[in-house]
Amino acid sequence: MNTITTQTSGSKIQVKDLNFFYGKFHALKGINLEIPEKKVTAFIGPSGCGKSTLLRTFNRMYELYPEQRAEGEILLDGENLLTSKKDVALIRAKIGMVFQKPTPFPMSIYDNIAFGVRLFENLSTSDMDDRVEWALRKAALWTEVKDKLNQSGAGLSGGQQQRLCIARGIAIKPEILLLDEPCSALDPISTAKIEELIAELKNDYTVVIVTHNMQQAARCSDFTAYMYLGDLVEVGPTEQIFFKPTRTETEDYITGRFG
Amino acid sequence: MSTAENLLRAADANRLREHKYAQRKRVNQIALTLSLAAMAFGLVWLIWILWDTVRLGVGGLGWATLTQMTPPPNEVGGIANAIYGSFLMVMLATFVATPVGIMAGIYLAEYDPKGWLGSLTRFVNDILLSAPSIVIGLFVYAVIVARFKTFSGWAGVIALALIVIPVVIRTTENMLLLVPAGLREAAYALGAPKWKVIISITLRAARAGVVTGVLLAVARIAGETAPLLFTSLNNQFWTSSLSEPMASLPVTIFKFAMSPYENWQQLAWAGVFLITVAVLGLNILARVLTRNKI
Repeated sequence: MNTITTQTSGSKIQVKDLNFFYGKFHALKGINLEIPEKKVTAFIGPSGCGKSTLLRTFNRMYELYPEQRAEGEILLDGENLLTSKKDVALIRAKIGMVFQKPTPFPMSIYDNIAFGVRLFENLSTSDMDDRVEWALRKAALWTEVKDKLNQSGAGLSGGQQQRLCIARGIAIKPEILLLDEPCSALDPISTAKIEELIAELKNDYTVVIVTHNMQQAARCSDFTAYMYLGDLVEVGPTEQIFFKPTRTETEDYITGRFG
Repeated sequence: MSTAENLLRAADANRLREHKYAQRKRVNQIALTLSLAAMAFGLVWLIWILWDTVRLGVGGLGWATLTQMTPPPNEVGGIANAIYGSFLMVMLATFVATPVGIMAGIYLAEYDPKGWLGSLTRFVNDILLSAPSIVIGLFVYAVIVARFKTFSGWAGVIALALIVIPVVIRTTENMLLLVPAGLREAAYALGAPKWKVIISITLRAARAGVVTGVLLAVARIAGETAPLLFTSLNNQFWTSSLSEPMASLPVTIFKFAMSPYENWQQLAWAGVFLITVAVLGLNILARVLTRNKI
C-alpha cells in the first residue's frame, strides 16, 4: 500500500501499516499516516470508523485491555512505540491525552494538576505553584479557579472540568497532545474556549484531535484525515480535504450526502 | 379526506389518550399505596424496637452500669467489663481485617477481574460471606480454643475478623468496579504506574463506599453473639489480657436476658441500648464521613 503523506518536512509521528484488533474484530486496516510536528491534525469519520482507536494506539492506551492488540509500526521521533523496550509510562509522559468525558481526579483542583507533575519531577512548593498556575493559565482556566484551588475538581462545570483535564495534560510538558472528542459533552461557549486553546497550543505541541464535528475540524485543524470502516480514506491539508477532496467518499461525507 | 372526518379522528385520538392516561394514573396510585404500606410495615417494627430499647434500656443505665463489673444475681453492678471487652475485640478485629479485606478487594477488582484465581477467590469469599456466624465460632473453637485449651479474647478477635474480611473484600471490589474506566485511563495517560493509579485515583474515588463497608461490618460484629460464645466466652471480672476469657456485650446480654434475676435483665437491656446507640452512631459517622468530600 502506498504511504499517504502530508506535505511537510517534520513529522512527529509516522504510522506504518498499522493493524488493530478488538479480539477477532479487525478495527484498523493497514493504516499509513504521518502526523506533522506542531500542527493540528484532525481525524474525522462516522461513528465506529476507528478514529478513536487510532488515537489510542499513540499512547498504547489499548494495552489496558488484554483482548486488544496492535500490529505494525508507530514511530515517535523515529522510535517504534509498539516494540519499544522503554516503560510505557515514560512514553505516556511525552503524550498528553484528553478524553471525551471530563475526568477530574477525586482531589483538589491543585492536586489534579500536580498529580502528573509529581510522577516525573521533584519540584519545590513554589516551583509547583508556578507550574500549576502556568498550566491553568495555558488552559484559560486560571482566572476562574485561582481562588478555589483547594476545592474539589468535581465541583467545576463540565467545560471547566474539561479545561482542567487539558491543563493536567499540558502540565507534564508533553510533546504531543491527543484530544478524543474533547468538546462533545460541552456547550458552545466552552467549545469555543477550547478551540481557541487548541489554536494556541499548536505553537508548542503536536495536537491530534478526534472529532465528530466537521465544522470543528475545519475551524481548528491544519490537516485532516478521513476514516471509514477502519480504512484511512484520505488525508491532506484541511482546506484541500474540505474544498477539493480527491476521493468521492470523502466528498460525500463532507457534504453530508453520507454519514 | 374532509375536514369533518379529520375532526372526528382527532376527537377519537383524544378520547383514547385520556382513557390511557386515567388508566396510568390508577396504576400509579396503586403502586404508590403498596409502596407506602410496605414502608409503614417496616417502620412500625423498627420504631417499636427502638422504643422498647430506649424505654427499657435507659432505666437500667446509670453511672454504676458504666463503671462496675457484672454482678452476681440480685446484687448491684454494671457491665463495664463487657463494654471494654466488646470495644477491644471489635477494634482489634477491624484493625486486622480491614487491610486484608481492602488488599484482597483491590486484587480482585484491579489485578485479576477475570482470571481463574480471582474467580475462585470471589467464589470462596461469597461462601464465607454467607456462612452462618455460629459456624465461624465453632471453627475458631476447634482451631484455637481446643488447641490452647482456654477460651481467650484472641480467639474472639479472630472469629470477628473472619466475619469482617469477606464483607470488606466484597464492598471494596464492588466499589472499585464502580469507578469509571475513563478515570483510570486518564491517570495511565499521564504515565502513572499501576500501583499509583490504584492508590491515588481508583481507591480514592471509591473510598466513601469502602469506608461505609468497613463501618457497616463493624456495626455487624458489634452485635454478633454466636462467634464469641465459643471463643472469648465470658468473664465476670475486668481483664485486659486477651489470653484470658473476655466479657463482651452480646454474650453478657444473652446470659443476663435469659436469667430469672431482675437486675440482670435490666443490665441486659442497658447493654442492648448501648449496642443500638453505637451502631446508630457508626451509621451516622459513615454518612458524615462520606458526604461531599473531595
